[in-house]
Amino acid sequence: MTTAISVSGLVKTFGRTRALDGLDLTVRTGEVHGFLGPNGAGKSTTIRVLLGLLRADSGSATVLGGDPWRDATELHRRLAYVPGDVSLWPNLSGGEVIDLLGRLRGGLDQRRRDELLERFDLDPRKKGRTYSKGNRQKVALVAALASDVDLLVLDEPTSGLDPLMESVFQDCVREERDRGRTVLLSSHILAEVETLCDRVSIIRAGKTVETGTLADLRHLTRTSISAELATPPNGIAALPGVHDLVVEGNRVKFDVDTRELDVALRALVESGVRSLTSQPPTLEELFLRHYQDDQVGVR
Amino acid sequence: MSGTTGTWPLVRLALRRDRVILPIWIVVLSVIPGSTVSAYEKLYPTVAAKASLNAGTGSNPSVAVLYGPAFDLSTPGGWSAWRYGSFLALFIALFAIFTVTRHTRAEEDSGRLELLGSAVVGRYAALTAGVIVAGASSLLIGVLIAAGMTGAGLPIAGAFTMGLTIAGTGLVFTAIAGVTAQLTEYSRSANGLATTVLGVAFLLRALGDSTPSASWVSWLSPLAWPQQAKPFVADDWWVFLLAVGAAIAVASIAYQLVPRRDIGAGLFASRPGPATAAKSLSSPLGLAWRLQRGSLLGWTVAVVVMGAMFGAIADGIGGLVGDSEQVKQIMERMGGTQGLVDAYLSAIVGLFGMLSAVYAVQAGLRTRSEETATHAESVLATGVSRIRWAGSHLVFAIVGPAVLLAASGLAAGLAHGLRSGDLGHQLTHTLAAAMAQLPAVWVVAGIAALLYGIWPALAVAGSWTVVAVSVLLALYGPVIGLTQAVLDVSPFVHVPKLQPGTTFTATPLLWLTGVALVAVVAGLTTFRRRDIG
Repeated sequence: MTTAISVSGLVKTFGRTRALDGLDLTVRTGEVHGFLGPNGAGKSTTIRVLLGLLRADSGSATVLGGDPWRDATELHRRLAYVPGDVSLWPNLSGGEVIDLLGRLRGGLDQRRRDELLERFDLDPRKKGRTYSKGNRQKVALVAALASDVDLLVLDEPTSGLDPLMESVFQDCVREERDRGRTVLLSSHILAEVETLCDRVSIIRAGKTVETGTLADLRHLTRTSISAELATPPNGIAALPGVHDLVVEGNRVKFDVDTRELDVALRALVESGVRSLTSQPPTLEELFLRHYQDDQVGVR
Repeated sequence: MSGTTGTWPLVRLALRRDRVILPIWIVVLSVIPGSTVSAYEKLYPTVAAKASLNAGTGSNPSVAVLYGPAFDLSTPGGWSAWRYGSFLALFIALFAIFTVTRHTRAEEDSGRLELLGSAVVGRYAALTAGVIVAGASSLLIGVLIAAGMTGAGLPIAGAFTMGLTIAGTGLVFTAIAGVTAQLTEYSRSANGLATTVLGVAFLLRALGDSTPSASWVSWLSPLAWPQQAKPFVADDWWVFLLAVGAAIAVASIAYQLVPRRDIGAGLFASRPGPATAAKSLSSPLGLAWRLQRGSLLGWTVAVVVMGAMFGAIADGIGGLVGDSEQVKQIMERMGGTQGLVDAYLSAIVGLFGMLSAVYAVQAGLRTRSEETATHAESVLATGVSRIRWAGSHLVFAIVGPAVLLAASGLAAGLAHGLRSGDLGHQLTHTLAAAMAQLPAVWVVAGIAALLYGIWPALAVAGSWTVVAVSVLLALYGPVIGLTQAVLDVSPFVHVPKLQPGTTFTATPLLWLTGVALVAVVAGLTTFRRRDIG
């Protein structure tokens, strides 16, 4: 089997809201697949359909070769899910929740569990209520990562973690991939997806807008540059891929397509760079730039 | 910033959130007595009928244990005060508890209060807002009751004594819930603690009212005060002031507690738990047991205590009737002293049936609260089927009431048997009478399961409505002269009474069980097909 998840033309409506509007998604076996989209794009809805918690109105979905709605119970023994907003039973300790979820999935690797608790610096004796958001997320992550499964479905798993724990998480995901597991990682943080994922699907308003490797998607990214130069800039406006240029004396601000970054920087260096800041674009900005016009055009 | 800054916005928020449920509570509780006054004249048209009611029912402890003491049933006012006094007191107390907890501890429990607390909101604002909403609603209910009864032609002094003392009970339980909301971390246990106090108050009232030699016990219970004020008989309106005083005293405890704890924390601090799960926590049923065992244990202890107490006084019932010739005749018709004791025991097991239905719905609705808290999602994303998950909670709604009825029947039968010296017969008889309630309880639980399957968003409100309608029809339907077709809606009406003189038939038990079974199966089937969340 070469595809772990295959979704096409998925539609899901809640009353009048069309949460999924013909979504497509293909996740190959053994890859870390980034599932990227702004808040409210339909990432969680898609995941909940893939878990058989929601029933799609139309379209088809296959997970690990089975129907996520019909074969839910069998499939769930082979996957582990970390929800975006982990809610724990207030009177159960973290260790109890990890063991319970692991057992319900059909077994837990005890050594891996202890190792993960150590790495995530998590106290398993605390009650669900007393954990912070990040620690609740760690509980669900340890339970998922210590389970012996083929597929990990992670819905914005790092949203409460501090940078140190985020890097622990990234190491863990890489290890999982090295063991041959498939990971579907939903996120709205481009940087996280860039460091971890082999391939990416970008969705917006319930539709897949782009899918491919990160190299394929380079054309989507723009970097914001702001620099102070020795002399007024020369000829930057004429360069390919430069947008929204503002020049104030020796200061210059512009956005540049990431693949043209090299050319733009060279032009700056020619004028003598005194200071330089560059900012990767947020995903939301990206979407605004690339897709809002399309939307207006359609309506 | 003073401690109560931000109270008004919170009151407005509470009113906005409760814009549907609050008017329902207020209207239902306030229109009942006024609108049924006319039934009295229809049911007891003649002076003789009134006198007979007064003599027979007024001195019958098996009636007083459920409805409270009857001081004078020869006037429509006295009859209404007896008929509705304890029931309205009970329900206004429940209303006050749920309302206060929802706007104080439940808000903290969910973390929403933290969001508000970071805005300009004083430390006492949430408690004050909850107290204002529940207290003002209680007073409004009291005034509306009084207005309704005055409108129905009853004396204004009696109407206001009754309305205000009922409001007073609401105020006392508003204050009690204000205290319990400070004690525990979870709204569930805050409600549990406050309803335990309510249960104790009910027990004291029932004991005092059915034991003339110890009637002072009733005064210990705020639930008894509306009837002890003797509306339309003596009009002891000062009882309202007693209630206000008690409410202020209890509420001041709540205000003392607030600064002694952190937001989100209770006074009872939580201890660390085990680092690994016990063997028993390996299945959905193990999880459900872990989540539900505390509640089941608490309920069992409560019904055992109640059963033992009621059972212990049952044997003395016959001697309490008084000695007027007329009463003796009525009692003879009911089967003599033994008949009276049986009627009393029958009323008691009926009460346990209704309490078990409350437990069953509470246990069954755990499915819904687990779903809305997204706990269900975590479990259902593992190798657990939906039926297994929902079934593991519904087991408590089905087996739990059996445990409660068995425990209460055994306790009452044992106590009564030991007192009457007829242990063998009384134990089996009382236990059988208690267990006969089970199919009716299952019907209520089954409907809750069905609602959960088809209409999850309305499952909570709908299930409690079913409980309330079933209980009220069985308790009050016959008295206000509703037709049999309406009464038949309540499953409790169909439970055969295990009394001498009536032939026992198992048929209703079988079809009640059948109805319950169909409802549960339909609920589970629809649950399997619907979206989660």
